[in-house]
Formats: sequence, structure tokens, C-alpha cells
Amino acid sequence: MKIHEYQAKTLLRGFGVPVPDGRVVFRGDEARDAALQLDTHVWVVKAQIHAGGRGKGGGVKLARSASEAESLARSILGMQLVTHQTGPEGKEVKRVYIEAGVDIARELYLGMVLDRETSRIVVMMSSEGGMEIEEVAASHPEKILKVFVDPAVGLQPFQARLLGFSLGLSSVGIRSLQHMLLALYEAFVKLDCSLLEINPLVVRTNDELIALDAKMTFDDNALFRHKELQALRDLDEEDPLEIQASKYDLSYIKLDGDIGCLVNGAGLAMATMDIIKQVGKEPANFLDVGGGADEAKVTAALQIILSDNVKGIFINIFGGIMKCDTIAKGVVAAAQKVGIGVPLVVRLEGTNVEEGKRILEQSDLNIITAPTMLEGARRIAEAVAAAQS
Amino acid sequence: MAIFVNSDTRVLVQGITGAAGAFHAQKMLEYDTKVVGGVTPGKLGEKVHGIPVFNTVRQARENTGANCSVIYVPSPFAADAIMEAADAGIELIVAITEGIPVLDMVRAKAFLESYPKTRLVGPNCPGVITPGQCKVGIMPGHIHMPGHVGVVSRSGTLTYEAVGQLTALGIGQSTCVGIGGDPVNGTNFIDVLDAFNRDPNTQAVIMIGEIGGNAEEKAAEWISHNMTKPVVGFIAGVTAPPGKRMGHAGAIISGGKGTARDKIAAFEQHGIKVAPNPAEMGLTLKSLLT
Repeated sequence: MKIHEYQAKTLLRGFGVPVPDGRVVFRGDEARDAALQLDTHVWVVKAQIHAGGRGKGGGVKLARSASEAESLARSILGMQLVTHQTGPEGKEVKRVYIEAGVDIARELYLGMVLDRETSRIVVMMSSEGGMEIEEVAASHPEKILKVFVDPAVGLQPFQARLLGFSLGLSSVGIRSLQHMLLALYEAFVKLDCSLLEINPLVVRTNDELIALDAKMTFDDNALFRHKELQALRDLDEEDPLEIQASKYDLSYIKLDGDIGCLVNGAGLAMATMDIIKQVGKEPANFLDVGGGADEAKVTAALQIILSDNVKGIFINIFGGIMKCDTIAKGVVAAAQKVGIGVPLVVRLEGTNVEEGKRILEQSDLNIITAPTMLEGARRIAEAVAAAQS
Repeated sequence: MAIFVNSDTRVLVQGITGAAGAFHAQKMLEYDTKVVGGVTPGKLGEKVHGIPVFNTVRQARENTGANCSVIYVPSPFAADAIMEAADAGIELIVAITEGIPVLDMVRAKAFLESYPKTRLVGPNCPGVITPGQCKVGIMPGHIHMPGHVGVVSRSGTLTYEAVGQLTALGIGQSTCVGIGGDPVNGTNFIDVLDAFNRDPNTQAVIMIGEIGGNAEEKAAEWISHNMTKPVVGFIAGVTAPPGKRMGHAGAIISGGKGTARDKIAAFEQHGIKVAPNPAEMGLTLKSLLT
């Protein structure tokens, strides 16, 4: 789960991480009061969307007066902000963060994330503040400094000093970094983060550090123990079909193609998308109905797929513990309930497959069956082509 | 011979009184797996399908001589269950549970470093099966057939797909290992490949990977230096968009890393034959045997 910058900064402030003072506003007429509450003569007005690259897209502006902050907030609110992470259609800005400006001597990069190779949290820092870490990793991998954290003892002060001396910080800066890194690590672990990024991490003219930006992502599997974080979810930032799918415990991701896919198992679901592509079509979605796909789940899945205006649907099921006849009944019942106006190909394999195929063939529905997933992909491609000609 | 499990393996079921644990305990018994005990705290003395239930793994091991434990415990408690099994001296822990918080697994994995004789398979995996001998997990037993091809995979149903294709072609399997779809897991590809390499009963291997991380790339390099048996590879997720988790917690392309194309390229660079599509994993393997 992602949250906004202003929410992340509020959380981090609670852990003792220095962040600039700021106020979030949802309407232009709130902006002037918000700006006046801050003890500053320079304001930064920042669009709040769940995507990076906001500055380059025109979503971050500097104001020299409270009234300028207000007019900037009015112009940013409601704009369709396009960044390299939003796609060409951009994202509508519905919240703006007004923050006290900060004097800047240096900009650094700081990130914490799970390192899969070592199964430990890695703290990454770089002198290239403001740059995307992926760009630095590609062009100057030697500029990324890393320390790995032993989960039994947590991040140690000496590790913060190692990073600080390597970055050439002053003794004031190193003390400040030590304090900040330990606080950030505590936040990472206590809140079950999957990513915590401060970019840029600013060295002020007095050598103290402050988090100028903050990006936090949380482990969805750990949200059950963080009720307070669930309130920070912003449904405006998520795809409506993906929200609908999550209500039925379906793993669904919308893609750009027009062949809907309904599959059991994540690996098989990915492989099904790939095979659709291989026969010259594009998958409309990833959808894993999971191991216990009953009629209700299949119905919900078909409804979600159909509301995405697909031209055909490919159901690919390997019935293991779950029997093919059970799934076939679910598909028939769901198809009757939903009413499918596009070609439907079903490939069943596994337990009770013959019975499952018989149920599909004896139904009144126009279901095309297929013996293998490759054949199924070919048949849905042909059926869609035939339906369009 | 086989790897990890055989007809002598004595299995405990942690979470045996839950719906999934009870159901799969029965399926394992039907496969003639030696399921010798179950563990649910506070349920000592109960029986599930005739299997005695104990309060702790230690108690269960001492009373049954179990050397393997399979975990169906719900995700909030699963990492604790893994550590309990290791502490009780269980040699093979198979964690089926999906959705364990990543930081729980980071701590559990560090904990397991103190137990070098314990092997963890999973979590978020279908388990381990040596066809005709022992089934530890949730895979459908009847699609398997005893034989000489090893299968190792990050995905459940895609493993069944490969096994189904092999069996349909009359090619049996030595052992099939699901290493799981999570970013932090126990046994990795190289551990399983190494075991298959040493196993006289395994003649060839199918290795099924997916997007995310670089385990496939590392395994490919290891294979080119060490593996004496033919390996067929398959990678799922060529069409997966970056930055989106494709069902499995570990299946995500982040920062341009972990793409299917990179992994396929690594396979090909190191001489591993890549199945052209998921429907032809079995045929590709067959072409290497003849």
C-alpha cells in the first residue's frame, strides 16, 4: 500500500525524523490560511499523488508570499499531472501540501528496502540527491553506498557513521544522520514498510539533515496489524477495478490489451498472459482466482473482466485439489448470470477433467473448449478475429 | 533415491486442526505419506483423521519421531511456527502458508541460521513430493508419476502444468519442489539443483521461474559451472508490467530489474534450453532425453 508524501512525513515526524513544517489542503480557499500558519517566508506547494517525478511534471512550485502560495495551490489542484510514473493520461491532483521552504547546502539520496539476495534490509545512500536511484545505479553504481541490517540487533550507529563519513559529512552532519537513520529504521520495522525513501535528504547550511521528500510503501501482508495505516489508503489513487477485485479476494491487475484472462494460480496466470501475447494478441488483465474458486468468485471475476470492455475471454484452469467439474459448474452458472457477449474459450486440465468438459459442452452457452493452453490461446485469438470480421 | 522426502519421511502437520491443515493432512494420508502427528497449541489429546495432536512441535517430535513438518498455520503466526519447528529439531520444514509479512520472514530466516541442519522449503509454496513415496504439501498427488525428472519452481499451478505434461508424455518425476513465490524464502533454486545433481535417480530437471529478483540468473550461472544433467527452463511474466506485483509477493519488476527477458537471456547464455511457451515444458524436456 502506498501513501502520500504528507502522510509519510506525519508518520516520520512521530518517530523523531526532522521534516519541514507543512499543511495539506484539499481546496484552494484553504491554502492561504495554511501558508500563514507556517513560520517561513518561502513556501513550497507540492501536488500529492502516488507517483514520482512530480517536480518535473510541474506539480511542485516555490512561493514567495502566502497569496502566491494560494494561487499556486489553486492552479495545481485539479490539474492532470503527468510524470514518467503516471502514464500519458496523468493523474488528477486532489490534495496539495504547503510546506515551509528549507535552505539547502547539499542534496543526498536515502532509501531502505528489502534486499532479496541477503534477506535483509539494506540502507542505500548516495551523494546524487534528487536523482532516481535506478538512474544512479545504471550510470554510477559505485556512488551507491550500502549497509545491510542484522534483523536481530537492528541498524547500528556505526553503520550510520560509515555512511556519513563516506559521504563526507561534517561531525554535526554525522550526528544528525545517525539520529535520522536510527529513527527511519525504527519506523521501517515498526510500520512494516516495504520501501522507505527520502529523496532528497537535505544537508542544511548549518549541516543538520532534514527530509525534504518522503515516500513510504507498506507490506500489504502486514496491514492486519496496522489498523492506523489502513485509514491512510487513498482509493482515488487506485484502479477502480482493482479495488473491486480486492473485495472478492481476487488478485487482479488491469493491463492494456483486450483479451480477458481468468486463471488459477499466479504463475499460471502470468504464463497465460504470455501465451496470449505469443499468439499475437494482448492480455487485458492478470487475474488469479486463487485455489478456492467457487461460483461466487468466478462470477465476480467475470464481471470485473467484462467491465473492462474486453473482446474475448480465456479461462485457463489447472484443477488440482479443486475439481474441474466444480469449476465448470461455476463457470456455467456465472456465465448465465453475467451474460457474456464476447467469445469465451475455456481450457480445463486436472482432476475430473472429463466431467468438467462434459458440463461445459452440455450447457446452452457458446463456450469453446481447448485441450491445451496454447490451443486455448489460439482459439480465443481466432474467435475474436472472426467476431470482428 | 529422491531428494528431501521419501517413504521413510515422518511428517508433522502444524495447524492440523484448521480447515486447510485437516483437509491436506487427509490428502497426504491418502497418498500413503507417513503423517505421524499434528500440532495446535492447546489441543493436546485431540485426533484429526486418527492423527494425534500435540501442543508443541517439541512434544510432537519426541512422541512420534517426526523429521519433517508441514505448516498450514495462518499467516500472522506462520513465521513463529517455522521457528518453533527449527528449535524442536525438525530437519525439513515445508511452509505452505501464503501472505506472511516480509519482515517476519526476514527475522525467521536469520533465526534459522542458528540451525544449520534444518532446511526450510517455502513459504507460499505447494510443497515437496516424491511421487509414489511421500507428498508433503497441497499438490494434487494423482497427476504425478514416479520417474527420473526433477522439477523445481516458484509457482504452484505452473508446476502442476509441467508435471501434468510430463506424466501425459509418460515421463515420471523423481521429486518436485515448490520453492515458493515470496521474496524471502528458505531453500532456493541452487539448493534444489545441487540436490538433484547429486541424486542418482534424477536424470534431468525442469526449472520454472518468474519475474522478480535475480534467483534465476544466479541459478543459471551455477548450472553452467556445476550441473552435469540437462536442465530445461521456463520463465513466466514476459508481458508483466513493471512496478506491479503479479499475485506472488515476490513477482515484481522493480527499478527495471527482474524482468523475464533478462532471465530468459541468462538461461540461454548459460546453455539452458528454454521452453518456447508454457504448454511445451514437457516436450522441451523430452527433446533433451532422446
